Amino acid sequence: MTPVQKLGNVDRKKRSSQQPAFGFFSFLSYLVVAILFVILGFIIIQGASVISWDFLTKAPTDGMTSGGIFPAIVGTLYLVLGSSLISFPIGVMSGIYMNEYATNGKIIQFIRVMTNNLSGVPSVVFGLFGMALFVNYLGWGDSIIAGSFTLALLSVPLVIRTTEEALKSIDDSFRHGSLALGATKLQTIWRVILPMTFPNIITGLILSVGRISGETAPILFTVAAYFLPQLPESIFDQCMALPYHLYVISTSGTDIEASRGMAYGTALVLIAIVLLMNLLANALRSYFAKKVKMN
Amino acid sequence: MLKIDSKNVDFYYGSFHALKGINMEIEANTSVAFIGPSGCGKSTFLRLFNRMNDLIPGTRLEGTISIDARNIYDRSEKVDTLRKNVGMVFQKPNPFPKTIYENVAYGLRVNGITDSNYIEETVVKTIKQVALWDEVKDKLKESAFALSGGQQQRLCIARALAISPSILLMDEPTSALDPISTGKIEDLIHELKQEYTIVIVTHNMQQAARVSDKTGYFYLGELIEYDDTRKIFTNPEKESTQNYITGRFG
Repeated sequence: MTPVQKLGNVDRKKRSSQQPAFGFFSFLSYLVVAILFVILGFIIIQGASVISWDFLTKAPTDGMTSGGIFPAIVGTLYLVLGSSLISFPIGVMSGIYMNEYATNGKIIQFIRVMTNNLSGVPSVVFGLFGMALFVNYLGWGDSIIAGSFTLALLSVPLVIRTTEEALKSIDDSFRHGSLALGATKLQTIWRVILPMTFPNIITGLILSVGRISGETAPILFTVAAYFLPQLPESIFDQCMALPYHLYVISTSGTDIEASRGMAYGTALVLIAIVLLMNLLANALRSYFAKKVKMN
Repeated sequence: MLKIDSKNVDFYYGSFHALKGINMEIEANTSVAFIGPSGCGKSTFLRLFNRMNDLIPGTRLEGTISIDARNIYDRSEKVDTLRKNVGMVFQKPNPFPKTIYENVAYGLRVNGITDSNYIEETVVKTIKQVALWDEVKDKLKESAFALSGGQQQRLCIARALAISPSILLMDEPTSALDPISTGKIEDLIHELKQEYTIVIVTHNMQQAARVSDKTGYFYLGELIEYDDTRKIFTNPEKESTQNYITGRFG
């Protein structure tokens, strides 16, 4: 055999091992997509029959085996809103401080490690801590405000990270251009950098909201009511919430078999809310991205 | 009249000794070019004049730099006031993602000017000053990103001029531009040096020869030679300068 022919054989061998390998890799990635569709499909098939106007607008009845989940939807919205009002300002301002102001590398590193650790704490531990601090020590009782603060603790690291990443993506030449004109750091951030990063920050915030709306453990001991047909009247009231309601009617309801359909319906609503949030985030991102370019 | 006076300036990035004992005097309303191979310290030295190096952590300055006989690194000096007086144009055009109009108005707005008539007058005046008016007069409300690189760079010069500095620093302002845009900016520098003190860093020897009254040649953090541009390019004192200018290294 001539050397060239030998080389040719090696080429064929290389190719023949490459095709099955990548075939397998692509199979795995499609499998992941398939799993998502199976879960979604399962929830939709099981839950769709329950969804009706009444289901979305009425309180549960007959020991939560029929009726609707309106108080849980409203409760979840309150908690998401409450925790966002707390975590967005804290997280965004911390992120700005860390990326734009802090010059001491060691301090930034310390804060970053600590916030990462904070986001690694299991959510049930946040629940316990929230119960100890907000419910008992501060005496707020099981309440929307206690639950909102607990959820906010959970989401602050995510908001900080989002803000930092968004700010990091802005090229320093814009900062330098502004500073060289005698602008202060605050003016530079406010007038040049924030308008540019706004789309990314907003997107990150909405994604964090999506995550928060599905959390169960942190609200377990701090706010969630087993059954509360009327809507809360103040931030010191308890409320129902979708994830906890799902947990209750699946594990400790009055008649678990009879509430099965309700459970799938609740799961479907919860997933729909999270998916809608993600879609909204994407839509806003592309909308603002265009707008910022125009300005 | 003496505008910028650098005395025994040493500058460090961490432990790296970037500038070594630089003494230089720059007269008002002249243009000075800094030349030298990459990494010789010429841009570092330029950025000391508006304290842009302050933004880099771990740097240290020894010696004094005075502008109009005031030490700009004195503790009582405010850096934003300094930068209002010492404008800067960067290597890569860096307009803000705002309209052409707002790009030029920005410096006025951040410095507290709210009189919209004055802002408009200044915007129009400075855009005319950089010979950009005919090209952009119908699209002042459009994004500055829609302009070509050369137009963006002239816009950045207009932006710097709008707040009436007395010194204009230019850090390789044409290195990202085509020859025609480069020519326009060089013409502009000729115009501007009647009113402003201009310090320009350039890698282009012909450019230094064309636009500057005096030239400083830097090598390995030292100012090797600083003299009239004509003298530097025809009869330099030092052999190192001669070698660099004739292209034997660099």
